[in-house]
Amino acid sequence: MKKRRVLSLVSAAVMLTGIVAGCKSKEDDKIIIGGLAPLTGNVAQYGQAVDNAVKMAIEEINEKGGILGKKIDYRSVDEKGDPTEAVNAYYSLVEEGIVALIGDVTSKPSKSVAQKAAEDNMPMITPSGSEESITKVGKNVFRTCFIDPYQGKLMADYAFKKLNAKSAAILFDTGDPYSTGIADAFDAAAKELGMTVTNKEGYASGSTDFKTQLTKIQGSKPDVLLLPVYYNDVALIAVQAKQIGITAKLLGGDGWAGVQNQLDEKNMDVLANSYFCNQYDPTSSDPDMQNFLKKYKERYKTDPIMFAVLGYDTAYILTAAIERAGSTDPDKIIEELKKTDYDGLTGKTVFNENRNPVRLAYITTFEGKKEKVLESYSVD
Amino acid sequence: MDFLKHIINGLGLGSIYALVALGYSMVYGIVQLINFAHGDIIMVGGYTLYVVMASLGLPLWVAVPASILLCALVGMIIERVAYQRLLVHNAARISLLITAMGVSIFLQNSFMLMFGSAPKHISVFPSQLIRLGSLEMDSSTAINIVVSVMMMAALQILVNKSKIGKAMKATSEDSGAAKLMGINTYKVIAFTFALGSAMAAVGAILYCNTYPQIKPDMGNLLGLKAFVAAVLGGIGSIPGAMLGGYILGVAESLTMAYISTTLTDAVVFGILILMLSVKPSGLMGKNRKEKV
Repeated sequence: MKKRRVLSLVSAAVMLTGIVAGCKSKEDDKIIIGGLAPLTGNVAQYGQAVDNAVKMAIEEINEKGGILGKKIDYRSVDEKGDPTEAVNAYYSLVEEGIVALIGDVTSKPSKSVAQKAAEDNMPMITPSGSEESITKVGKNVFRTCFIDPYQGKLMADYAFKKLNAKSAAILFDTGDPYSTGIADAFDAAAKELGMTVTNKEGYASGSTDFKTQLTKIQGSKPDVLLLPVYYNDVALIAVQAKQIGITAKLLGGDGWAGVQNQLDEKNMDVLANSYFCNQYDPTSSDPDMQNFLKKYKERYKTDPIMFAVLGYDTAYILTAAIERAGSTDPDKIIEELKKTDYDGLTGKTVFNENRNPVRLAYITTFEGKKEKVLESYSVD
Repeated sequence: MDFLKHIINGLGLGSIYALVALGYSMVYGIVQLINFAHGDIIMVGGYTLYVVMASLGLPLWVAVPASILLCALVGMIIERVAYQRLLVHNAARISLLITAMGVSIFLQNSFMLMFGSAPKHISVFPSQLIRLGSLEMDSSTAINIVVSVMMMAALQILVNKSKIGKAMKATSEDSGAAKLMGINTYKVIAFTFALGSAMAAVGAILYCNTYPQIKPDMGNLLGLKAFVAAVLGGIGSIPGAMLGGYILGVAESLTMAYISTTLTDAVVFGILILMLSVKPSGLMGKNRKEKV
């Protein structure tokens, strides 16, 4: 407890100096864009990916002359995945004179910041905050990633129409809104399509043993089993599902991306019969995609994850909107963001009336250790 | 049929708890110390397997003894560096307890520094479905149960028949008298830590075989539950620790199956509270002669 208090005092002090410094450094020859991302802490890998990719994109744009004839100054702040820190960081960025905000990265801080940004009418676009309600807080809030319920609906539709599934089971993390969001939407959509949902089993966040739930699921022999969770859990569940003897096709959302790296060679076969919807196609021969993958890897010595791809597209979508707006007036930027029709790494993106992207998802499966995109798919 | 499967799943999980609980129980029996760093020994065992197999590319038969030996060594080093001085100077129990927590935090954070906080994947034995009539179970569950029973039997023999085992018993009953009888109690204590840690390493191998993922904080909850198992069975008793582990595993599995999948931890710790209020000495903790 005490440690935390000291930490918050220190961070408050750091922020205060940031504000003071910020007031001095307002410059007219630059356009300042703010960024919020967890660069340290539990979800640091997502934040770093977004931040790295946004920096890369902004640099590219600056090399081509920037926007509105000025260079972009991208300033990102580490919010450690914490909503309170994120809001404080947002205020300090506002003090520094940002014209728009890229972030936050995960859902909870994104929502807290969105509420403040809505009060300020600050153009904000989150690359990866997927909880449905984030963009609902204000007309200034956009997002680049799919909302959670959309993925559930999409996978139910795909299972029914393409995999000819008649029955489905769900195993989800009850403590994670991402997981419950997809699970609930899948459940509703599957029933609407006429499928039977045999089991909807939950587990507590952080569990490692899923055999009981899987044994129950195996008893009802569903055609498909939806695992709307992140790759670490997917790896554990898929291995245990095979141990229990489940032969159902496994389905998942974008949280699956990278799951093959969480499995040992000997366990790789557990993914042989599984399908998940990804937001981009890393195997695409598109030169832009190949160029991005290569450049990112060279620069950051690691392969980009989905969050990086979303961050990269987000930077381009936002800067293009500012350029089209012809000024840094927030209303004009928001108006132009709404009109976005951008063909990027994730595909062609337009925004719907809730400022969520309308875009194709890539149904992905595995061939050995490699992801293989089967087709692009969408549902309305 | 499903009921039987849930029981078997529970026993598989309980076997891991049991092996870890043995270490808690033995150390407590000898020095009345609740070694909270014991859970992290599992983590050390898991990462040793990972390094030997995945990073060095050596086969399983090298990795398993390496993991057991290293854990035993780490157990002894911890005892030497962190606890021995406190024991020699007859420090208060609370100092020992807090030192144990410090060791636990140190181990977790140093492994986080070395390997990062992201989980690593691992696989030990190839998995196979075993059919007994209409009953299906995975080879990992069967291995867990068989290995844990064998380990307990071996430990019982070691404690009751061997010279060092008898010395352990003597030290646990009255370390002062044991010393007067010419038993090097420090050596016995070090041996107990090594043995307990080796058991935890076996637990780690079974854990990795069942749940192919390791992370620096994996010992936290696992250690805590194994501790509950040790208390439930009667801390200080070897068969008690085993029994406690199995009961806990089955209770978790049945709670998940028939009550709620999110209430398992509540049930586990509920059992602990109930046990402590009804029979604080644990299921098999009555007979002091059972103590090691």
